[in-house]
Amino acid sequence: MIDRTPNYLRFLKVFGLGLWMLITLFPLYWILLTSFKRPDQIAEYPVRYWPREFSLDNYASLFQKADFAQYMLNSLTVASGAALVATSIALLSGYVLSRFTFRSKGAVMIAFLVTQMIPAFIALGPLYQMFTTLGLVDSRFGLVLIYIAMTIPFSSIMLRGFFDNVPDSLEEAAMVDGLTRMSALWRVIVPVMLPGIIATFIFNFVNVWNELFLSVTLINSDAKKTIPTALNGFISSFNIEWGPMSAAAVLTILPTMVLFAFASRWIVAGLTQGATKG
Amino acid sequence: MMATPHKASRAIAASNRPRAHRPFTGRTAWTIVGFLAPAFLFVAIFTYYPLLVGGRMAFHQWSLWNLNETPFVGLGNFRTLIVDPLFTHTMLNSALWVIGSLIPQFVIGFLIALGLRKKFRFRGLYQAVVFYPWAVSGFLIGILFRWMFNSEFGVVNDLLMRTGIVDTPVPWLANPKLAFLAVIIANVWYGVAFFAIMILAALQSVPDELREAAAIDGAGRYRTLFQVVIPTIRSTLVLTVLLRVIWIFNFPDIIFAMTSGGPGNQTHIATTWMIQFTQQGQYGLASALGFIVVGVLTVFTGIYLALLSREGKS
Repeated sequence: MIDRTPNYLRFLKVFGLGLWMLITLFPLYWILLTSFKRPDQIAEYPVRYWPREFSLDNYASLFQKADFAQYMLNSLTVASGAALVATSIALLSGYVLSRFTFRSKGAVMIAFLVTQMIPAFIALGPLYQMFTTLGLVDSRFGLVLIYIAMTIPFSSIMLRGFFDNVPDSLEEAAMVDGLTRMSALWRVIVPVMLPGIIATFIFNFVNVWNELFLSVTLINSDAKKTIPTALNGFISSFNIEWGPMSAAAVLTILPTMVLFAFASRWIVAGLTQGATKG
Repeated sequence: MMATPHKASRAIAASNRPRAHRPFTGRTAWTIVGFLAPAFLFVAIFTYYPLLVGGRMAFHQWSLWNLNETPFVGLGNFRTLIVDPLFTHTMLNSALWVIGSLIPQFVIGFLIALGLRKKFRFRGLYQAVVFYPWAVSGFLIGILFRWMFNSEFGVVNDLLMRTGIVDTPVPWLANPKLAFLAVIIANVWYGVAFFAIMILAALQSVPDELREAAAIDGAGRYRTLFQVVIPTIRSTLVLTVLLRVIWIFNFPDIIFAMTSGGPGNQTHIATTWMIQFTQQGQYGLASALGFIVVGVLTVFTGIYLALLSREGKS
């Protein structure tokens, strides 16, 4: 088909998309730039758009003055643990939601969706109490448990969408051949759906990696803090040190950006399927 | 409204009735229950249970500083909130926060989706780049913008002064009105990618034949868009907007990081105010405010859907 887009529209499109890309990238550029400025040149007037000299001092002080390596390790363990368990559990519930019709299916979906709509802060106090009773306050394991519960509902719905794209006949054939449903799921469906499963895992990982309010409430000791909790400590003090702060922001953003870019096609598919199906 | 896990699993077990094309055996029912059980167990223990306990707190005087005495106070917490001078202000702020963020997000997101509909070279790369804010937490976005809106060394003021738009630095986060504008700008920046993705997916679901047919019938570019394409994707747009209203209403992270509700509590929305109550240990008040939020959103959802279905019929 011949593209009959008039020239003025083409220009607008290129200009508009280009402008938005600049606007989107600018904050990222700015935080990178700040992180590489020499600490004494950060609060400087006039503002400089290119550092006078590149320095890694901000990163160094992050690992020397604060135990940032420990925070990163905590975030990494908590996020991978929670995302792994939640994705596995949601694989089962998503499978059921996709494959079976039963009377209360609508109720199950609503029960999952409702958890996304109630402000979670109502639960903070009771969770703290409950964790005190269970001895799980200030424990990374306790945090993992909550994060599993937090990510299960949406990943079930996301995985349900991916299951919908895999024909029933696949596991039915396997079951005729004598496999149980569980092993048909594991040996036949999972390999086909692997990209979707990885995308769900990454989505969960990033959500846990970014979570702030639960971890601020439940973690007290410095050695167990996740990155967002540590950053919250940085901004609560009256004088924010923007040098280390920007370095910390860069180190927090980069891993998740890489993961998202890697799986963006599948994450987008998973999210939009849920929305367009309703 | 909220199904308890027990009820749900019992209902599932009870619903082993034959399906149209596949016999529904007792064994299948157990598969359903068994596969759903782990998910429900986690959500029940760590989400529903604390939410229910939290809901109870709304009707009790419940403060972290006096855990031995938590008397039932009926609607006392709600009254305390409503007579608080901050209440009306905060609720209006919440509305402004939702409307002021959502409309620009929607419009810009729609335009970007239109721009990305047709394939071009580097489109995949462009999408990956422009959608990166998705991978960043709202809290960090707030920190980034807090630094950019810094009144002394912030880049926003520097750009405004270099281009001659203002002569003296603007005290962005020190002035309540400007601070609220700043948090909305940050939120618009953050949320555009979401709408762009959702609308792009919807646009791509419109079959090309439909456009071509409209073109053959003599409809121009804009008429095709407004009279063919948009009506086709209407239900997706409606649902996306509804979910986003709820989500933005409940989204305190950016404000929390940029202003924490200040200066002088003037930039609070309902959920940042709730955070402040929980930080003060006032769980009863926080919970009551949570009830009000859920109530407002439920009423809004009802009205929104009712208006739309009536419009759909006429």
